[in-house]
Formats: sequence, structure tokens, C-alpha cells
Amino acid sequence: MDHTSLLERWLRRFALALIVTFFMFPIFWIVLMSLQTNETILRSPPSMAFVPTFDNYLAILAGRLDSNVASMGIDFLNNLMNSIILSVSSVAVALCLGVPAAYAFARHKFRGSEDIAFTLLSFRFAPPLLVLLPLTLYFQQIGLADTYLGLVWVYQLICLPLILWIVRGYFEDISPDIEYAYRIAGHSWFATFRKIALPLAGPGIAAAGLLAFIFAWNNFIFALVLASADKQPVTVGALAFVTASGIQYGQIAAAVVLSIAPTLALALWAQRYLVEGLSLGAVKG
Amino acid sequence: MTDTAMPQRRELISPKMLPYVLSLPALLVCIGILIPFVTAIYYSLQKYRMSQPWNRGMNWGENYLKFLSDPDFWNTLKVSLVYAGSTVVLELLLGLAIALLLRKRTPVNNFISIMLLMPLMTAPALAALMFKLMTNPNFGILSYFMQVLGFSDFRWGSSPDTALFTVVLVDVWVYTPFMMILLLAGLRSLPTQPFEAAALDGVPRLEQFWRITLPMLMPYILTAALFRLLDSIQQFDIIYAMTQGGPGDTLMVFQVEAYLNFFQSTNVGRSTALLLILWAITYVLSNIFVKNWLRLRERARGGA
Repeated sequence: MDHTSLLERWLRRFALALIVTFFMFPIFWIVLMSLQTNETILRSPPSMAFVPTFDNYLAILAGRLDSNVASMGIDFLNNLMNSIILSVSSVAVALCLGVPAAYAFARHKFRGSEDIAFTLLSFRFAPPLLVLLPLTLYFQQIGLADTYLGLVWVYQLICLPLILWIVRGYFEDISPDIEYAYRIAGHSWFATFRKIALPLAGPGIAAAGLLAFIFAWNNFIFALVLASADKQPVTVGALAFVTASGIQYGQIAAAVVLSIAPTLALALWAQRYLVEGLSLGAVKG
Repeated sequence: MTDTAMPQRRELISPKMLPYVLSLPALLVCIGILIPFVTAIYYSLQKYRMSQPWNRGMNWGENYLKFLSDPDFWNTLKVSLVYAGSTVVLELLLGLAIALLLRKRTPVNNFISIMLLMPLMTAPALAALMFKLMTNPNFGILSYFMQVLGFSDFRWGSSPDTALFTVVLVDVWVYTPFMMILLLAGLRSLPTQPFEAAALDGVPRLEQFWRITLPMLMPYILTAALFRLLDSIQQFDIIYAMTQGGPGDTLMVFQVEAYLNFFQSTNVGRSTALLLILWAITYVLSNIFVKNWLRLRERARGGA
């Protein structure tokens, strides 16, 4: 049945090799850069022959860089910490708010339910600056400017629609009959939700949480507008780091690697759910 | 708390109110976000510069009217449309080609499709930073490749001639996997009978593609393309991290222009008016998108 000729098979392989090279090369090259000293980075022509060194990573972890010219402080570790704090708490808040709402939308068709669900979805598509710019002025007035609380609140714009629509899909896939049976046995609504619905939708909720974490981690514009230096996550911090460290290219590369490693690792781990998450629950993988 | 002694005991919340109570917290959080939206409309109707607080007042539609004769505005509109159009078309074609190549479920294909997800999971701002390092004129590997190819004066993001190409390249690198993964899922979910029948009838494969694959894949293509278009017309991260809208005004897309208007020239009125025009564009696009998206969603739920 297979009509593919030898030539076609080789052409396919060649095309795939080109594609993999194009998409993998930048990551590969940045990792290589992060393992080099500035001298080997600046060699011309560039070469892949060098003795790998972990000095760049050690300098970042120690928060201190001593070169032969001067010594300077690096607080990139602080940015990493902020990324973790912001992403974890945003996802936690979004799960607490989004999962019950998703359950309500999946199980109860109530008046205005679709309108509310779509309003929440529409936040995903509006220009973020439209909300962020007036918000900077408000935050200054009510004292939320440059606080984790204010940032976590705004991060709900990304996390909440994602969790709501993915988890809603998972609840809709579970037959309500099991829950009815449990209710008839005399259990309260809350017990049914906790003992039946939540465990059944568990994997979906976990996947939605992971994806929300990745998107929160990768966000740039919210923190750029709302956070000052000591609250900035890695995406904004890395850019400031470039300005501050000037020509320490090895360190910049190491900082980029440290910033993208967590999301890449999580994505590989949760890749089974990525299709569904990226399409906000419209396409199954 | 759930003893079975009283099967019909009264619950804390009446069943009728329950769904409202469940969805209320999520809604309240978002209403807090709707207030700035209304404020933005109000600001956009004002003459409002933060540097001139005494000179503030309503000027109704003047900010919008001024756009008509403002070459900067038309430049912003043009750059945004060119950027969004070229990224979506390129990513769609490339993503479709990769999806077709990876269509068969073999271990190698699955492995490649997972690997290709990595650019998509890289923060766009950091991806721009990576390309900035690779296009550095002193040691950038891509600059070196260009030199080897004979373009000794290829200056990537720092030249007005190639800046757009550079950011589009980063966008294509980050977001092509998005198209690929959605289209691949679509391709693999298509029923196999039409293809088997066509193969039995000896229909050439190119014709199979145009007559069967493409029409059946259309809902996926439309949803993925609209999804990307919605994001791409609002692109900020890649362009801001790469060139901050420069050199000159070559890359002044809507959100970058609005950001600089607000924070550098502190012209709040113009900045919010710009964003509202962008919002109007995305509102129309998102309505078309949601219709397609819902159809796809129902199909996925029903077909599963």
C-alpha cells in the first residue's frame, strides 16, 4: 500500500532535519554560550571547540561576578524567585476561583452563564495594555502598585480564562449520573463536588494548572508595566540584566537558560495536555 | 460534616443560587479589571498629558480625529498589519507543511513533534533576547553565517531594512509550533475512510490533498490562524525586547507605540485612544474566532 519512493523518503528526512535544526539551534547555541567564557564566545570565526565551564552559572547563583576588570553584584536569583512566587500564587488563586466556576458552567445552565463564560474568555484576547495603563494609576492610589498582590490579581487575566475553559471541558466529559447517584445517597452538594467531581477531573485540573503556570512564567508585559526592580520576574529581569552587565555575554546566556529551563521541562512533562490547553479546550490531542 | 442520617437536610446555599455563588468570585476578580477598561475609554476622550496636569480636560473625539491626519498613526497601523499578516501566513504555511510531514504516528515523528514544542514554551521576550545574542555583530552566530553567505553588511534588528525581517523571524521561530501542533492534532483526528477510498481509486496524492485533506482540515486552519492573528496584531514582547520599536519608527506596532506614548511622552489621551482602536480590531476578530472555536470545541466534545 505504501507508494513512497526512495527519493521521496530521503527528501522527507532532509526536510525534517532542516526543520529540527531551525527550531532547535537557538536553544542549543544559547546553552553552548552559557558554558563558555567571554574569550571563547568572542572568537572569530565561532567554534564549538572549547572547555566547558560552569563559572557563569556559579556567578549567577552566588549573586556575584568577579572579572579581571571589576566585581559586580547580580541579583538575577531574585528575579527567579519572583517568577516562582508570581507564577505559583497566580495559578493557586486561579485554581481556587476557576475550578468552582468551571464546575458551575459545566453542570448548571443558569441565566447568563454563557455570557459570563464568554466575558471571561474575552479577557484572553483584549490588548493587555488597555487595562494595564489605567491600572498603573489606580494601583498607585489604592497602594497596590509594585506589590505581589496587585501583580497576582492582574495575572488572573491569563490564568483564569485558561483554567476555566479547559477544566469546564473536563467536567463536561464526566457523566453527571455518578454525581446524581451520590447525591441521592444523601450526600451534600459540597461532598459530591469534593469526593466525586474533583477526583474525576483531577488530571485535567492538574494539566490546566501546569499550562497556566507556563503562561504566567512567560508573561512579560504585566510585570514590565507594574513591577519595579525588586518584584520583576525573569522575563523582565533578563532584559534589565543585559543593560546592567553590558558585555558579560556568557552570564546573559546562562541567565536565559535558567529562565527558560523550568517551562521547557514542565512542557515536556505535560506535553500530552498541551494541544488541549493551547486551543483553550477546542482541540483534543 | 456529611452524615447520612438526614437525606433531605437543608443545605447552606439554595440549589438555585449555587451556580451563581460558584462563579461569583471569578467574576468579581474580573470586574475589578473591567474598571480600568472604562477608565481607558474616558481617558481617550481627554486631552491628558501627565507632564501637563493643568492642561487636562475633555476634548471628546479629538484624539481620534487627529489620527486621520497623523502619519505616525498610519505608520503604526501599516506596520501592525504587515507584521500580523506576514507572521500568520508564514507560520500557517510552515506549520501545515511540518504537520503533513509528521502526520504518521511513528515514534520518530512523535519525538520530533514534542521537541518542536520547545520554542513555543520559551517566553517570547527571552526568545527575542536569544536572537539578539545570536545576531550580535561582534560574535553572533547568525551574523557570522550571513558573512559566510556573502552579506557582510547584514545588520539584523539594528537596520531599518532588516528589522522587520528579524522580528518576524523570531515570531516564526516561537509560534510556528503552535500552528503545527493544532494542525497535526486536526490531521490525526480526520476519519481515514475518505483517504482509503481515494487511494483505492488511484487518486493522485496532490489531488487528495486539495480535494480531501485541505477542506476537511479547514476548521482547524481557520481557528489556528485567527488565534494567531489575534495575538500577532497585539505583539509587544518580541518587538519591545528586540528593538523597542526602532530603529526610528520601523517597528512601532500598536502596543509598543502606546507604551512609549504613555511612559515616555506621557500622552495618556493619545495612548489610550490608540489602544481602543486596537481593541476594536481585536473585538471584531475575536467574535469571528469564537464562532469557529466553538464549532471545533463541540466537534471535539461530541466526537470523543
